[in-house]
Amino acid sequence: MTGRRLRVDPIACAAHGICAELLPELIDLDEWGYPLLSTHAVPRRLTAEAERAVAGCPTLALHLERTAAR
Amino acid sequence: MTRPYPSPADTDPAPAGVARLLSASLERPADLAAHLAWFGPLPSVEQGSPTLTEVVDRSGLRGRGGAGFPTGRKLAAVAAAADSAGCRPVVVANGCEGEPVSSKDHLLLEVAPHLVLDGAAAVATALGADEVVFCMHRGDPTIPWLRAATAERTAERITPRLVEVPPRYVASEESALVNFIDNGVGRPTTKPPRPYERGVHGRPTLIANVETLAHLALIARFGAEWFRAMGTADSPGTALVTVGGAVHYPGVLEVELGAPLGALLDLAGGLAEPAQALLVGGIGGGWLPIDRAVGVRLDHADLRAAGASLGVASVLAMPATACGVTETARIASYLAGESARQCGPCMFGLPAVAADLWALIYAVGDLPGVMQRLNRRLGLLPGRGACGHPDGFTRFVRGALDTFGDDFRDHCHGRPCRWAGQSWLPVPTAGDPTPAGWR
Amino acid sequence: MIGHALWYSSRATGLVSLLLLTGTVVLGALNTGRFSSRGWPRFAVAAIHRNLSLISVAFLAVHVTTAVIDPYAGIGWLDVIVPFGSVYRPFWLGLGAVAGDLFIAVLATSLVRLRIGVRAWRVVHWAGYACWPIAVLHGLGTAATTDRHSGWFLALDLSCVAAVTVATGWRVIAVHPDTQARKGKQVAP
Repeated sequence: MTGRRLRVDPIACAAHGICAELLPELIDLDEWGYPLLSTHAVPRRLTAEAERAVAGCPTLALHLERTAAR
Repeated sequence: MTRPYPSPADTDPAPAGVARLLSASLERPADLAAHLAWFGPLPSVEQGSPTLTEVVDRSGLRGRGGAGFPTGRKLAAVAAAADSAGCRPVVVANGCEGEPVSSKDHLLLEVAPHLVLDGAAAVATALGADEVVFCMHRGDPTIPWLRAATAERTAERITPRLVEVPPRYVASEESALVNFIDNGVGRPTTKPPRPYERGVHGRPTLIANVETLAHLALIARFGAEWFRAMGTADSPGTALVTVGGAVHYPGVLEVELGAPLGALLDLAGGLAEPAQALLVGGIGGGWLPIDRAVGVRLDHADLRAAGASLGVASVLAMPATACGVTETARIASYLAGESARQCGPCMFGLPAVAADLWALIYAVGDLPGVMQRLNRRLGLLPGRGACGHPDGFTRFVRGALDTFGDDFRDHCHGRPCRWAGQSWLPVPTAGDPTPAGWR
Repeated sequence: MIGHALWYSSRATGLVSLLLLTGTVVLGALNTGRFSSRGWPRFAVAAIHRNLSLISVAFLAVHVTTAVIDPYAGIGWLDVIVPFGSVYRPFWLGLGAVAGDLFIAVLATSLVRLRIGVRAWRVVHWAGYACWPIAVLHGLGTAATTDRHSGWFLALDLSCVAAVTVATGWRVIAVHPDTQARKGKQVAP
């Protein structure tokens, strides 16, 4: 069952926090403003929001990746 | 000039005892002729042949640079990546020894540089590499020995080139070495891709610790079974270990893996004063309380089961007259200062935890609350950096909270120990925090 | 009559384009400075900045088209993108072409940002800071004499300048801990 997973490039991430605003169901922010991503696969109903969050990152640090089939 | 040296038995030149890497170290520097007379010549390796990789794999050799990754698997991965990329890989020998309490790589490069160079040459040929790079910290006093040894080897197919890396804690991390060699910036990069897939010049790169290469040079000569004759099934062979702290004869020893840590202390002349804990694996490793520690074997699996890790093999005996909380805080501050400052959780989280530790020492604020906050913050660090620095930091602090649990509780209740605030371990100061500090 | 209508349309849409461009630049500066409030979360500042820029394009298109179609000034289609070659006030009109070219570059790179990566995108986006003052000068230089002496016209232009100055000034001063930490400034725990 393939899924898509969120991944953040920790070097590119500069704590803008827009991803957490656009996808609060899957992204939380730690006390310093950096993203805490849900480890679960992105549910189908949230795919559009996830893609918006990826496009909305000012440093393009957020990625949506296909995970290997389990 | 002829030097007197005993030659190994004609029937079996393979070192029989624990002294393998250090078996020939009778004089410094060891010149090429003495090296060849003692160990015999390096058997010719067939260019691009998998034979050496298979032998190393069978030997069970694990990296001696801290991660302990099986070397055979690493060689196979680089070979496979180079195959599919259709290019020649690069070999990098890591002699930086970024772990502050360790001095084993320095000793090895001083007394047996030709073993290391043999290993690098053998691996380069086996992988079909066309470039060999030696990485050392800028200004390292061992560099002249390495240069002298390299200059002696005129028949070498590939002349290794030396790259001097900024002397920072994370600058000798695999991707940081690649970054420095390619771009002059000694900071880790985001993975994937890992160096074995895309490293120096974008090519698959093998990065091996110098001690690993030295063992490999002996495995190439004497075989996998010989290597496995010492050590444990999980961690075969011998290892160079820095033994220090409150022992009579601190120094670097070659020991059989699987030896109990107590035996290592005995080899170093025994404890010079009562000890409360051992720092195992350097500051990249962790603390173990002394009574539990002496029986733990110097073996990857055993140490992990004991809540520590082999890391860069070293054992430091911490005297009873030192404060575990203070030493932990000092090391935490150093590790925080050595963050490459590329990733948020590392550049903010590490100093925050260090500050919490100091707050516990100097009894500042609501101490149980500080403890809680410290624990919460530790949970936010692992896996959230581009390299393993925040993970190593967390393992180290968590190990300290476990080993010095009573001390931490006392500090929390406003009853710090007699030696709180005093320094024991010679912890270096962190370097230049600006981006120039890694160039 | 049609001629006058075209010319008036061009002047009007030109002015509106400038107002919209000013709004775009102000929000852009606020976005980079990481401005946010309860009513204006980060994603809203970013989204409205983007939307204003797209509305600017619409008004800019009308401004440019009406100016070219109108036979009075003899402005050709080429003068829209190649600056300083027009018959009518070549320098001041040319500035408009320069600003327009920069705007197109910023817009184009923004549309393909995911493909070209942040570094390439950012270099071109900085050009936006040049685009706006050139547009202001183009407006002043090509304005009719009557406009240039009219109070409300000058007041509008001055407000635009004030808004961008304040926003840019704020952006220069506003420093985020992430930026500081990366430079190696001491981090307050």
